[in-house]
Amino acid sequence: MTNETKDHSALADIFNKDEARVNWHDETLWWIRAKRDKAVHQLPEWEDLRETASRIKHNVLSNMSSYLQQFEANAIANGITVHWAADAKEHNQIVLSLLQKHSVTRMVKSKSMLTEECHLNEYLGENGVDVIDSDLGERIVQLAHEPPSHIVLPCIHKKKEEIGELFHQYLGTPAGNADPQFLTETARHHLRETFLTRRAALTGVNFAIAETGEFVVCTNEGNADMGAHLADVHIASMGFEKIIPERKHLSVFLRLLTRSATGQPITTYSSHFGKPRPGQEMHIVIVDNGRSVQLGREEFRNSLKCIRCGACMNTCPVYRRSGGHSYHNAISGPIGAILAPNLDMEKYADLPFASTLCGSCSNVCPVKIDIHDQLYKWRQVIVKNGYATKTKKAGMQVMTLTLSSPTIYHVGGKAGRWFMKHVPFAVNNKLNPWYKQRDMPEPPKESFGEWYSKNRKKS
Amino acid sequence: MTVGLFIPCYVDQFYPGAAIACLELLEKLGVNVVYPKNQTCCGQPMANSGFEHLTHGCNELFIKNFAEFDYIVAPSGSCVLHVRDHLHDDAQPEKARHISERIYEFTSFLTDVLKVTSLPAKFPHKVGMHQSCHGQRGLHLSSMTELVAPDFSKPGSLLNMVEGLELVELSRKDECCGFGGTFCVAEEAVSVKMGKDRVADHLEHGAEYITGVDMSCLMHMEGILNRQGSKVKVLHIAQILNGE
Repeated sequence: MTNETKDHSALADIFNKDEARVNWHDETLWWIRAKRDKAVHQLPEWEDLRETASRIKHNVLSNMSSYLQQFEANAIANGITVHWAADAKEHNQIVLSLLQKHSVTRMVKSKSMLTEECHLNEYLGENGVDVIDSDLGERIVQLAHEPPSHIVLPCIHKKKEEIGELFHQYLGTPAGNADPQFLTETARHHLRETFLTRRAALTGVNFAIAETGEFVVCTNEGNADMGAHLADVHIASMGFEKIIPERKHLSVFLRLLTRSATGQPITTYSSHFGKPRPGQEMHIVIVDNGRSVQLGREEFRNSLKCIRCGACMNTCPVYRRSGGHSYHNAISGPIGAILAPNLDMEKYADLPFASTLCGSCSNVCPVKIDIHDQLYKWRQVIVKNGYATKTKKAGMQVMTLTLSSPTIYHVGGKAGRWFMKHVPFAVNNKLNPWYKQRDMPEPPKESFGEWYSKNRKKS
Repeated sequence: MTVGLFIPCYVDQFYPGAAIACLELLEKLGVNVVYPKNQTCCGQPMANSGFEHLTHGCNELFIKNFAEFDYIVAPSGSCVLHVRDHLHDDAQPEKARHISERIYEFTSFLTDVLKVTSLPAKFPHKVGMHQSCHGQRGLHLSSMTELVAPDFSKPGSLLNMVEGLELVELSRKDECCGFGGTFCVAEEAVSVKMGKDRVADHLEHGAEYITGVDMSCLMHMEGILNRQGSKVKVLHIAQILNGE
């Protein structure tokens, strides 16, 4: 199996070869979850805020086409050019054509998970455009030729020593220097030059407001602003679900977003882009790429409420111990596991199973997406569509037969019991994954059923 | 009041002590308990693996066994949650609904229906309480650290009635142990790592026993404790509350 075809379990197994790193990864993300808890417990109205946000998004999902058209009309009136892209390919082509029109071969880009989803960097690279990511974490994974492992903290899987090594290799810092402040300062100087020399900047969109035709971009580093304010052409890429009806609704979402993401009361920069400044061109590319299909799936529609805070990743005990790359998708973690099967059910058939269904993700979600219930529902859909492995299918059929038949289930005595021969934690065998790192429970001399027959005469 | 006792398949087969404790304590509390002998499983292992469409036989059998009782009680949050959320039968929807509404996890039956305020139990040990996720987040047996809501714990309130028992504080109050049904073998590496971390939290805080409402989580942690050669034991909460 190549990395391309390895599933979550196999990739998680590799990640777990280095237990000290797993501990570090788990503790780093748990620390962020703890910061989030501290921040949200300061707001007595927190649960009301979540409910309100969820309902606003519910309204959006039910009236998507009218809000999008309202947004388009207002954005055009503001002097913004609006493009519609049915899929990733069309999005990438639109961006390239805009760059080519202006003979731009070097572009600066702030963080946008949509462009990761569309694989824009690779596409532009193949077409002679050099992209520099200006978000520090994104820049680090770009230098390492890796995809981000987390939607808010792209390089959370990298230790500072590894970042120091990358900077030494690509940005000429002294070997062995892993001082975060020094490395950040180096990146700042390096990016400053980029900001000053790039004529085109691409940003993501956190919220697009139908009422006003403006869009809001949230960053902690101010890098979206630096790029967009200095460039002649500003392109903003947005998935169509980023729409909110009115500006006042930001007062709900901006309070939720960063408390959930990092435990900060608000993002450092929440920048409103309403219209191009004189001489500048401003473009918005509104992307579907499977979102209409997801909107049509009643059981999974709510996944489009996501505001990309990453709280579900930070809290997920599986994500913390398997790393973002084990999800082999641009969006990892629990939310990625309910979004990805919509794009390619076969390729991502493993992801809804990479969960214990503990439910912590749904509890931290600021827009109350029923993430763990959707994981359960995706499992049913994936199996019904024939993407379960054959051995699993056969095993399940045997189990079903036995458990629906008291006669087969109760074949007398410890040695004869069906259970002891077939259930993972009962089968004493070195090939059994249970036994690899766990002992078997000791089989008792009699089952409860047998004890009951001897000791109670009632039924 | 007649209660039908539902003993999950793996408890029946591996942990009869938990089932006996559950039965005995209910009887001590004056409840008429019947254990229907033809029961097997609620169907959760299939359903959580994506095969809910194969659970019809299990559902029919479950309804046949339990439809006539005033309440159904089981020493498991996970199985009860499955029955509440997923038990269905198009041929007899009322019976299925009756069961879904009247099935209780053991500790919540004690706190919510019997309204137990004292127990004649003694257990002079330091005990770590594992919050099994399906009981906690699914059945709301306890408050959850993610939510901004008042603190409470139904199983915790019962443990506090036990003489001599000292509940230890954990660093992570309600993190999943990683059992997760078929997850425990399908995602072996992560499942075991989660279990090791959970066990370590209890050990660091001096627990002599780890207890909880779900034997499945405890079985997983017991497998790890035993492999590590630890002297710490797992016990189903019914065994402690029954005064063993």
